[in-house]
Parts: sequence; C-alpha cells; structure tokens
Amino acid sequence: MTISKQEMLAMSGDEAVAYAAKQSDVDVVAAYPITPQTIIVERFSEYVHDGEVDTEFVCVESEHSALTACLAASAVGARTFTASASAGLALMHEILYVTSGCRAPVVMAITNRALSAPINIHCDHADSMVERDASWIQIYAENSQEAYDSLIQAFRIAEHPDILLPTMVMLDAFVLSHTLENVRVLSDEAVRKFVGRRKLPLVQNHEGDLVPFKLDPEAPLTMGPLALYDYYFEHKRQQEEAMYKAPKIIKQMHEEYAEISGRRYGNGLVDLYQMEDAEIATICVGSTAGTTKTVVDQLRANGTKAGLLRLRTYRPSPKQDIIEALEDVKAVAVMDRSHSFGAHGGPIFHEMRHILYDSATHPPVVNYIYGLGGRDMPQHHIHQIYKDLQEVVRKKRVKKAVHFIGVRE
Amino acid sequence: MSEWKFTVKDLAEKPDLLMPGHRACAGCGPAIAYRQILKAARGPIIATNATGCMEVVSTIYPYTSWRIPWIHTAFENVAANASGIEAALKVLRKKGRLKQDHTDVIAFAGDGGTYDIGIQALSGAAERGHDFLYVLYDNEAYMNTGIQRSGGTPHGAWTTTSPAGRVIPGKPEYKKPIAEIMVAHDIPYVATASPAYWRDLITKTRNGLEVKGPAFLHVLAPCPRGWRHETNKTIEIARLAVETCVFPLWEAVDGEYTLSVPSKAIALKPERQKPVKDYLKTQGRFRHLFTPEFEHVINKIQESIDKRWKALLKRTT
Repeated sequence: MTISKQEMLAMSGDEAVAYAAKQSDVDVVAAYPITPQTIIVERFSEYVHDGEVDTEFVCVESEHSALTACLAASAVGARTFTASASAGLALMHEILYVTSGCRAPVVMAITNRALSAPINIHCDHADSMVERDASWIQIYAENSQEAYDSLIQAFRIAEHPDILLPTMVMLDAFVLSHTLENVRVLSDEAVRKFVGRRKLPLVQNHEGDLVPFKLDPEAPLTMGPLALYDYYFEHKRQQEEAMYKAPKIIKQMHEEYAEISGRRYGNGLVDLYQMEDAEIATICVGSTAGTTKTVVDQLRANGTKAGLLRLRTYRPSPKQDIIEALEDVKAVAVMDRSHSFGAHGGPIFHEMRHILYDSATHPPVVNYIYGLGGRDMPQHHIHQIYKDLQEVVRKKRVKKAVHFIGVRE
Repeated sequence: MSEWKFTVKDLAEKPDLLMPGHRACAGCGPAIAYRQILKAARGPIIATNATGCMEVVSTIYPYTSWRIPWIHTAFENVAANASGIEAALKVLRKKGRLKQDHTDVIAFAGDGGTYDIGIQALSGAAERGHDFLYVLYDNEAYMNTGIQRSGGTPHGAWTTTSPAGRVIPGKPEYKKPIAEIMVAHDIPYVATASPAYWRDLITKTRNGLEVKGPAFLHVLAPCPRGWRHETNKTIEIARLAVETCVFPLWEAVDGEYTLSVPSKAIALKPERQKPVKDYLKTQGRFRHLFTPEFEHVINKIQESIDKRWKALLKRTT
C-alpha cells in the first residue's frame, strides 16, 4: 500500500475527533454535551445538518441514554459513536458494563476531565481510569493527530470478530480538546476504505442455526438475558478471552493504518522514547508525554540516559512490552494524573509495579501524582522526577514511593 | 385509528410471540397482557424490555420465550433502547441494508421502570418523537424485588416499603397520573387498557403500532403475589378496577381524549360505577384498611378516585 495524500487542517482535538467520526461511515451517533467534549457533538451536529454525513444523530437527554441508544443501535447492526467526559462518563458507568457484556462494539471519545467535587472542567484522568475494569479497550492519545488516527482505528479494533468489545479513545481536556494543532487528515475515500463496513459475526441461535449477530426479525435473537451462577461466569470469561486477543489486533490495525498514513505510535501499545539505553525512565499516558519528551531531550543533551514509556493502550495492559522495555532500566517513575485514594498510589503505578514483579530485573518503581483538576505539569517538575530517579539509582533504595508533585502541602 | 378487524379465531391462529414455558407466576397479569399485546403485531417487530419481572421470567439463559428479536440492557433506559433501535432501523433502511420495509419497535417496562427510574429516558424519547410503542405494564409496585412501593402504587396500599403500620396505614402518597403526563408530551397516541378487556387492549396496541411517532399504552396488570389475591382472580380484579373507575379506559389521539366503551358506559349511566370498596376488598394489600381505625382511608381513596374520574370526564366531553 502507498501512503495516501493528506491534507493538513488546523483543528482542535475535539474537532479532529469529530472529523474522524465523520469520515468513518458511522450509522448512529447518540450524544449529550459536556465540557470539554461539547465541540465534538457540535461539529457532528453541523455535519448532520449540512448533509455531509449519512448518520442518524440522536441528541439524547443524558449520557446514560447516549450510551444506551448506541448500544441498542449497535445491536441492530449499526456502527455507532458517542463522546463524553467526567460526570457524563460516570453517569454511563452502568451501561459501560452492559455494552461490553452485550459485546456491542461502540466507539467513544473521552476528553479526560476531573470528577467533582469541587466541580472542575479541566484535565485529569480520574474519569476514564475508574472505568478500567469495564471491559472496554482504552487508547490514550498524546496529541490531536493521534486522537484522530486512533478514533479511525478504534472502529476496526472494536468491530473485529475476535474482539467485539467497545473501545474508548482518550484525549486530554483543553490541552488537546481545545488547542489548535496541525492535523493531517486522510481523504474520505481512504478512511472509508480502511474502516470498511461493519461485519457481523455469525452466532448460534436457539434453533441451532448460524445467524448474524444482530436484532433481526428474520432470525430472532434474545440479547441481554438474565444469566445467573450457572452461566454468568462464562460470559465474563469470554470477555477476558477477547481482551487477551486484543493486543495483536490493535497492533495489526495500527500497522495497517500506518501503511496508508505513514504515522506510527510505537507499536500501537507502547510508545517508547529514548528507551534503548535508558537507565532511568518515566511512564505516563496522554499529552504529558509531549512535555516529557522535551525534558528527555534536554537530559540526553547533558549526558543523562533518560527515557519515556508512554502507554498508548491501558486496556488491554501491554504487560510483555512493558517488561521488555524496562528490562535494563535502573529506576522507574510512574506519573499518574489521577489517584486511588487510600490505596498508596495511582492506578497506573499499581499496575506497573504489579507487572514489574514478573520482570527478572524488577527495577524500583516510584509514583508521582500530578496535574489533578488541570494543574499544569511544567518541565521543571518532570526534571525533578528524573532527578529523584537518579537519587534512587545512586542510593540503591526508594526512600518514598508515592509523591504528590505541584501541590500545596 | 386502526382499520384492522379480527376475530377470536384469527387470534387463536396467530402464533404466540412470547412462547409458553416462561417462568411467570400463576395468574401473572403482565404475562396475560403481554400475550394479548403481541397478538396485535402486524409484521416485523423488535422488542426491548426494561429490567423487571417480565425480563427475568422470559429469558433465563440459555432459554428464551421470545420468538421475536428482543433486547434488555438495564432498568431505567428502555425508552433509550427503543430510540437507538429506531434510529438504527431508519438509517440502515435509508442505506439499503435492511430487507424489511418496516419494522415495529415496542418497548416494555413495569411501573418502577416507567413512573420512577425510567421517566427521564421515556420523556426524552417522547420529546424526540421516535416511532415506537411504549407499553407500561403497571402492577403497582416493584414486584421483581419483592413488592416495594413505586410512583404507581395507589394510596393506602401495603408494600414492603409502605407497610401497614400502626401509625401509617400503607402508602401515604397517591398514584402519579403517568398517562396524562405522557399526553402532556404532545405525542400522537396515549391509551389506558386492561387485560380484562382484551379486544380493547389488542386494538389499542395496534393503534399504537400504526401511529407514526411515539405511542404510550398504560396497562393495569394485577400481580397475585404483590396484591395478595388468588391466582384465578387476576382478570376479575382487572375488570373491577375499570368498573370502579379506579382505572378508567380511554384513548388520547393527538391530545383528544375519548372514553373507551367500558368506561363510556359508566359515564352515560353513573349508577353503574361500583364503589371502590368492592375493588379494595378483593386484595390483601388493602386488608388493613378494613378496620375501624383506618376505614377513613377508604373514603379518601373513594374521594380521590371520584375527583380523577370527574376530571377525566371533563377532558372527554
């Protein structure tokens, strides 16, 4: 395949997401406005009202109904998309589990925003981190370009017959959602060709016949039934099976997409920056990786062997990639933009330390909670983290595992 | 309204879309109502159900009683399910990806899923004008969780969360006028119906399916377990509810109210209205009211029934 011709547009992250949804031949969008996701819904409404898309847009009365309507439309065989943030995602919580449990490949964009109270519209990752166990695939974008690219890939991943799990693509509130960036967009034709039409797997109905997995009067299926201790567990086990298969499919879609776009984000699961000979490394998700790369460059210029591991997918957790990338690292700092209160650290920290327990070298791991409620993460704080790591390496011990950085104590 | 004419034979020959073998209790009003309602199906149909008794009894995995495509997602969102299904059908048809020229969408929910937790999704779907029929099977309490009061439980009724106490005799509040609330949404079709008047119920279901836009059908469906009555009294009690004007039968087409035959007969000859006592005494949930201490509650119930009936008569004349 050859890289297709691309146009460069000045777009905010929200606009880039709406543009990707517009190009992805979505059948039904059901959405509800919430800052800082609103622009996605607004732009998409414009596409609908200007006749630029063949999409049925359901402007619902709540996020709960937004996801429900997407799930139900998906059950009829439609490709569906929605977007939310913060309180909106929290309101969807119940239906997130129902969506994955019904194996409905809904795609959703999340502009990561802090959870109330106090009410706050700015970026942190509490809203999506709390949904890590909902059996949704989670992809975190570093910039608006990646948000655009990832959303298009998300449809292929979610709808893949081996996966059939809903997928969310995260972008940081305001830092990405409202900031203009040059975004290269593929042609409508190239995206259409890439996403194709949703293919429905065949499943066995009650008569024992193989029928398309959808609500169809010609081949009736019962979806969302009651399943108790005799069958519930098997349903959940199958979801885990799909998650096991997901890394391979995510990488494959990422690679196929790279062939037409020329853009790669690591291997699609982890994005490694200066990790080859790194002695100290940080781990993060989202836009903070951009700032961190600048800091790594500065440190490298001074001879410090610093590196960054950016998690692109948090679900499924790319365990093996993390272990391999950190094999020769002497100390690791995990930056969490959310906190698990009373749990001695943030959610990414917990998971990274858990994964590194299986590493032959298992390096010491420390945690930095930063940027809650949109507090800026300036370069000097990241420098401080690398400096602390050097200290850990030199003294060969972790004095304090969990730090809050950039906060009044 | 519908020109469809049917005979008992027609109905008998029509296959049941909710098949036997489900696990509803003996004498279950909702199960009887569902069976009748589904006799009105006119072609391809997709059903969706809120969490509740009828969802539970009809679908215990790996079994199903549904002969039509059916989906349940949660308790409070059945109208949003219907919205999504209808939107998908619309767009897929437009794109030439459906075989059927038309597919009816029918949403079922109990009183908890409608009066209380589901009213937001219902109101939203009605406002957006989706083409679907919403059937409220009202057994006047959360029966699936074990008889707790809902916004649809009548005044004075015993439930496990409105017990017949020494001080407070059952539910202090009155039933929310849900069907009138739906008329106020300016939707094209709203009706009340009862499994005791099956021809009326089936005709109204058909009207609701045929009308373009949202239709709302409120069906009173006695629950022997929750109402505390014998399982062979379901239909008798459903009929008494109409005869006492506890549950008058009417239709509102484009906001224009018309009384249905059984209630019209009472309107024409008011002496036909039976006292509410006749209805209350058939059910254990009102037993505590038949004591000298709480008998006044029965008078209050009668007053409220008369008041609502008079208001309805005003709207229909």
